[in-house]
Parts: sequence; structure tokens; C-alpha cells
Amino acid sequence: MSQYILRRLMIAIPSLLGISLVLFVVLALAPGDPFSELATNPNVPPEVQAALRAKFGLDDPIYLRYLHWLAAMVHGDWGFSFVSRVDVDTLILQRLPTTLYVVGSSQLLALLIAIPVGVYAATRPYSLFDQLANTFAFIGFSLPTFFTGILFILVFSVKLDWLPFVYTSVPGSGIPWLLEMIRQAIMPVMVLGLFQAASMTRFVRSAMLDVIRLDYVTTARAKGLGQAKVIVKHVMRNAMIPVVTLIALQMPAVFGGAIVTEQIFRIPGIGSLLISSILANDTPVVMAVTFVFACLVVLFNLIADVLYGWLDPRISFR
Amino acid sequence: MISAVLLLLLIAAVVIGPFIWRVSISDIDVVAGLQGPSLAHPFGTDDLGQDLLARMIYGGRISLAVGLAAMLVSVFVGTLIGALAGMSRGALGYGLMWLTDLFLSLPQLPLLLMLIYLFRDGLKALFGPEGGIFILIVLVIGGLRWMPVARLVRAQFLSLREKEFVEAARALGASPVRQVVRHILPNALGPVIIAGTIDVAAAIIAESTLSFLGLGFPPDTPTWGRILYDAKDFLDIGPHWALFPGGAIFIAVVAINFIGDGLRDALDARKVI
Amino acid sequence: MALLDIKGLKTHFATDAGVLQAVDGVDISINRGETLCVVGESGCGKTVTAMSILKLIAMPPGRIVAGEIMFEGRDLVPLSSHQLDDIRAKEIGFIFQEPMTSLNPVLTIGEQIAESLRRHEAVTKKQALERTIEMLKLVQIPNAAGRVHHYPHQFSGGMRQRVMIAMALACRPKLVIADEPTTALDVTIQAQILDLLQDMKERFGMAVMLITHAMGVVAETAQRVVVMYAGKVVEEASVDELFGNPRHPYTQGLIRSIPRIDLDAEHKTRLEAIGGSVPILINPPPGCRFAPRCKHAMSICTEREPRLREIAPGHRMACHLGDAS
Repeated sequence: MSQYILRRLMIAIPSLLGISLVLFVVLALAPGDPFSELATNPNVPPEVQAALRAKFGLDDPIYLRYLHWLAAMVHGDWGFSFVSRVDVDTLILQRLPTTLYVVGSSQLLALLIAIPVGVYAATRPYSLFDQLANTFAFIGFSLPTFFTGILFILVFSVKLDWLPFVYTSVPGSGIPWLLEMIRQAIMPVMVLGLFQAASMTRFVRSAMLDVIRLDYVTTARAKGLGQAKVIVKHVMRNAMIPVVTLIALQMPAVFGGAIVTEQIFRIPGIGSLLISSILANDTPVVMAVTFVFACLVVLFNLIADVLYGWLDPRISFR
Repeated sequence: MISAVLLLLLIAAVVIGPFIWRVSISDIDVVAGLQGPSLAHPFGTDDLGQDLLARMIYGGRISLAVGLAAMLVSVFVGTLIGALAGMSRGALGYGLMWLTDLFLSLPQLPLLLMLIYLFRDGLKALFGPEGGIFILIVLVIGGLRWMPVARLVRAQFLSLREKEFVEAARALGASPVRQVVRHILPNALGPVIIAGTIDVAAAIIAESTLSFLGLGFPPDTPTWGRILYDAKDFLDIGPHWALFPGGAIFIAVVAINFIGDGLRDALDARKVI
Repeated sequence: MALLDIKGLKTHFATDAGVLQAVDGVDISINRGETLCVVGESGCGKTVTAMSILKLIAMPPGRIVAGEIMFEGRDLVPLSSHQLDDIRAKEIGFIFQEPMTSLNPVLTIGEQIAESLRRHEAVTKKQALERTIEMLKLVQIPNAAGRVHHYPHQFSGGMRQRVMIAMALACRPKLVIADEPTTALDVTIQAQILDLLQDMKERFGMAVMLITHAMGVVAETAQRVVVMYAGKVVEEASVDELFGNPRHPYTQGLIRSIPRIDLDAEHKTRLEAIGGSVPILINPPPGCRFAPRCKHAMSICTEREPRLREIAPGHRMACHLGDAS
């Protein structure tokens, strides 16, 4: 097992390198000098500009520039935000927990909805429940997150006035503060979670239907185990294997949804940091945040791989 | 079936719309601002008193055009890469599949935003503010969505190239290009059409998302996403302003997804549940 | 009283093309400790009959339309799947055709055998493990104590079928239904598995219902034979009677299609095959279902369906030929 994880890690590293290469090439291909905008930015002192040009070695050959840039990224030297006047890594570390909190809770919510609904629908295919679940799932993943977000604000904030629609992160403590933190996270988590739940429900249902007709399920039923046990122990356990892969493939879309949600509800995470940096032409931050998102995707893929190896004993022996 | 009719109606509305509803998209009438639906303005007006129906029709043209164009780009790139990977048995195939997997794990939206951020000004200078952003968005969305098509095409190639009729063509001395174009591609078409259909929906969402984040088309170009972006600060006083464009995006996407699903069922008749 | 007595069983499947009458009025009975072979071509309804006993067919689309399945004097047909759970594995064990796909790939074989014991008998986890190892030893799996924690993919096909047998016999059922247990295996392994089954049967004294399409297997193992064709029983007799005096044209065809190496050169004849194939059982025509392939078909054969009747003690068949004589 540990050997398997090690092997997956070895595969993850080239893909991280590949992603960094793609990012760098994009930056290098961009018309003009990406730092020329800084020349007109009065916030940037000339010596910082010169230091930057030297650090990025803008006049070196391209592969050298890539290696320099990569070395800097690995060392945690992610540059300096001209707008916020702090180091980029500090800025990102400040914002990252919020994003992970929102994304994590929404994934949890999605799983809590998708697994029971998908499993139940698959055990009664074409029943009323199945058709309702299918319809809702279909509508759910056709609704873009920005529109659901707006609908939620309209219903729960404007009409019903139950929930705040602007996320504030005032530091504090005590039960009322905690409740307030949870209350303001409800809508963003619902928006992201429901969107995810929709596609996950479809994955779970079709994976369950694929497994349910297999021979070993009949074997399990022939043992008199009872419907519930057969479904949970024999069908679900196997159906989760492809579902894990599909969820991992969804991760880029999840982070995309997180950016939109953070923007709608003004959540101070790295998604809204990305948008504000783009609007403010803050190149080092834009690059770094994009790279962080890429790392997160690779990380979640790695987690999925490990889960996969744990769920499927055939994998670890290969 | 219903969704096909719905989509056709939507397309007809945005194509013929301007000839029937001849109100300008940019006539400003601040006095008539933020009105709900009425006879004069069936979809109401925005904060500047601009007619929302006219703006929606105009925006729909752009949104649907972006969706279709981006789909064409992604299907073209995907088919090309998938076909190359499917035909070559050596390192090229592996390399291309690695690239496909790499692109699949790229965070789409951040990259999309970054690309637009970096290239926006250059293309604006070349093709004008609207043309430049149109080309950029289409290329970027299309260029980031070709991977499913590539995988499908490759899988089809791998299974089809061992089939008898392709063997027969090879035995008769057909060139690789001829084998691909005449014998394999037509058979791989079904899944590609399905993936392409779903790509249209995805591209519409992607364009709307960009516009919604304020990073798509310029403010005076009212795409559906852009209208929604402008409306989101007036939810309490003018909810209609957000509901119409949002609803339009939703209907278009649901209809296209349903068609894709229907096509899948129709083309994959052998599949037993 | 027979251990299992199936009377007039009809199992139908709803399909897009119409109702498929997979099993259409089958009578089979098995006595305690007896080996009964059910033989017939693929698609003749053998497997569906066996699966109907414990309602292991997919329902829907499958449905038991008529008949009764008396097990130890109790009719199983009206029981719900939940009620049948007490009989499954405990009273009636099942061995499936495909050892490669009939074991759950993500659970160890030990877990899969032990869960049956845990379900039906009041045993602790530890006792279940011990009994599992004991069963694995009985089915001659080397190093049973170590192998018990292995996953199915670490076993060969023959070994997996031994695991399946251990699983089916773990709770000492009174009847074991083996559905083509050797078909998917290499010829050399087939004999070993059949021997093992015989051996187990003698040790535990259970009845065996062996479903097969291989007449060689029948001759080797059975005491009594039921021949099925197109969802119906066409002939039933003791194994000696059936091979010595086959009366139904279909049975005769089946026996003639066995390759013989014991005949000397002069007596060797060409191997005979039965022409045509099993009819599709959606809206079958009236009359005998074998008539289209039968060399002896008469006009009555396409008009009236022959009834299964006794022609000698313990020998029953369904053919109009017997009426004429």
C-alpha cells in the first residue's frame, strides 16, 4: 500500500511540473512584458521593478527563466503583491483556510446528499423516487452556480430575510460568533454543495446500477444476507470505486464554482483574491493563486488515488 | 423532444428577435429605470432604463454564438488529438494522452481568467474590443474543453482500428489518412456529437461565468452573464433584472443537456439497463 | 416425501418484444441425499428454474407466474425475498457458473465465507474464522489458514470454484444447487471439481441439483436425470435408464452427440448434431416445441402439446411418439 502511494506521488510530481510549465509558457507567450504595466503603476517603486526584472531574469533564455521561476516557487518565494503591499504567500495563506472551509463543507454536504439518494434511486430504478431524483439532478447541474447563488440571495436574504448575503470574517469568539460564522456560510455551502450533489447523484446511481447486476451480488443474495447488507457491503463498496475517480475529475469544476461563489457572497477566500488581483493587474498574485488552485487539484487527485487503492485491493498489488 | 423545441424557439427568438422587437439596446431613459415587466418593456428595464428584452435578445446571440463556436474549436482540437493518439502506437500516443490527462487536471476557471487577463489587451488592439474578446473567449474555452472529446475519439480508434472492415481497408493498401477519414472517423462520430452537444452547454456557462465575474465582454455588450452581473447589486429593488437572463441561461443549458442525453440514449440503443 | 418438489413452475420475463416464457410448467423433484442432473442446451430454462427456487432472478422483469416450490413441505413461492433469507445458504446452498465473477473482488474470501456463517449461525467472529478455515481445508485449498485473508484475484479459476463450494456448504445446507459449476474451467480442473463435489456430498449427505449441458458430466455424477427443452421438461429417468433407453427424440439426439472413444473403428459413426437451435420463447407456436427440429415430427406435433407422462416406473417423457406405439 505504501509503495502504491509512493508511486502515485511520483506520478503527481510530473503533472505538477507540467502544470507549472503550462502556466509559465502562458505567461511567457503573453503579448508584451507582463511587468510593463507595473512601470505605469505609481505604487511600485522603480527599485522593486528592477529587482523583479532581475529575479525573473527577463532577458535570459526561456528555459533558464522557467528554471529560475520554478526554483523561486519551490522555495516559497512567490513574489510581492503591489496592491496589498505584502508577500504573496502571506496573502494566500491568509485567504486559503476560508476557501478550504467552504469547499470542504460543500463537498461533505454533496456526499451526504448524493450517496443516500443515488443508492436509494438505484435500488428502485424507474420508480417515482428515481425519476424525481433524476430530474432534480439534471436541473441541478444545468443551473450555473452564479444563478443559483443569486436565486438563493433573492429568496433567503431579500424575500425571507433569514440569512445574510455578505460574508464577513470579523475575528471573534464565543457561541454567538460561531453561530454567525455558520449562518453566513449556509448559503455559499448550499450553492456549491447542491451543484456538486447533482452530478454526484448521477455518478452514484449509474455506478450502483452497473454493479447491482453483477454475479457476485447474486452470490451475496444467495447467502441470505438481506437487502440492506447486500447493498451496503457488496454493491456500494464496489460502486464507490468509479465514483471516487469521477469525483476527482470534478475537482477543477469544484474550484471554478468556488471562485464564483466567493465572488457572489464576497467570501474572502483565494477565489475572490484572484478576481480582485486580475481587476487590479496584480500579476504575481494572479500567477500564484492559479498555481495554488492547480496544486489543490493535484492534491485532491492524489487523495482520490489513495482512496481508490484503499477501496480496491486489486490496485495495490499491481 | 420538448427540449429540442425549446432550444429552437430560443434560437429563433435571438435570430429573428431584433426584426420584430425594434427597441434599441442602449437607449438610456433614467426616469424609466428599474421598472418591472410592462407592455412598453415586456422584460422591464435596468437601472439606466435600457430595455431588457432588446438587451436579452442581443446578448442571446452572443452567448449562443460563443457556445457554438467554442464547441467547434473543442471538437476540432479533440478529434485531432484523439485521432493522432489513437493511430500512433508509440510514444506520441502516450505523450498525447499524458497531455490530455494534464489538461483534465488543470483548474479551468482560474486558468481561463488568467489567460484572459494576460491576452485581453493584445487582442483588443488587433480585433476591436468586441471581436477581440469574442475570439479570445472562444479559443480559450474551446482550448480548455477538448479533452473529453480526445479521450472518446482515441477510445473509439483503439477499438475500431482492430475491427474487420478497417483491417480489410488496410489490407487493400489504404493509406493511414484514408483509413481514418473514410473508415474510422464516421464510426466515431456518434459519441463525438454527444460530447459536442454537452460542450455547447458548458461553453455557454463558461462565457456567462466570465461575464458574470466582470471579466468577459465589455460592459456595453449585454451578454446574458453580463446582464446578470450588472443586476446582482439591485436584487432587492429589481429582481426581474436578474431573473430573466439567469432563466435564459438555465433554459438554454437544460435544453442542450437534455438533447445530449436524448442523443446518448438514441445512439446507444444496445445498452440494457 | 421429496426434499424439494417443484410443480408446474412458470417463470416469465417481461421484455420489450413481449413476455419471454423462460420456464413454462416445469415439474422437478429431488429426494434427500440424491444427485439430480438437469440437462439441456443453453437457454432451455435450467438456470432460471434453479434461480426461481430462491427467487434470485431479477424481479422485475422476471416473475413467477404459476406453480409451487415445496421445500420440506413448505411452499417457497409466496414467501418474500426477506423471508427466503432464512432458507438461502442455510437450507439451500448455491454454486454459480462463473467463479471468476461470482466472488466480490474487494472482500477477502474469508470475509465472504464467514459472513454466511455469521448470518445464519450464532457464532463469534473468531469461531466463524475457524470454521471458514476448516471449510477451506475440506475443499483442499493448500495453506488455508493463510489463504483465508487473500482476495479473489489472488486465486486461479479452479481455486475460486473451490472457494465457492466452501461458501455454499459452510452452513451445511440440505440441498446444494450447482449451476454449471465446471463449464468455465479447464478440462483437467473440471474432473477435480466434480470429484470434490461428490466427496462433499458423501461427507455431508446433502442432496445435489447439478445443472449442466454436458452429458458426460451427467453420466459421471447423476442418479436421476431431468432433460429440459425450451422451458419444459421433456424426459425424466434414472441415469441408467436414460442412457440405456432414451425415449424422447431430443434426449436421443443429446446422447448421440456425445463423442465416443470406446467404440472400435468399424462401429465408429459420425458424430451427430441436432440441427437448428433452441427457439425463442416469446409467443411460442402451439404444439411440441421440439417439433421444428425433430426428425420424427408428425402433424399432431404442431397442433397439440405432448404431456409429460409416465411410460415406465420412474421414467417420464413428453412426446407424441409414445402415443402411437
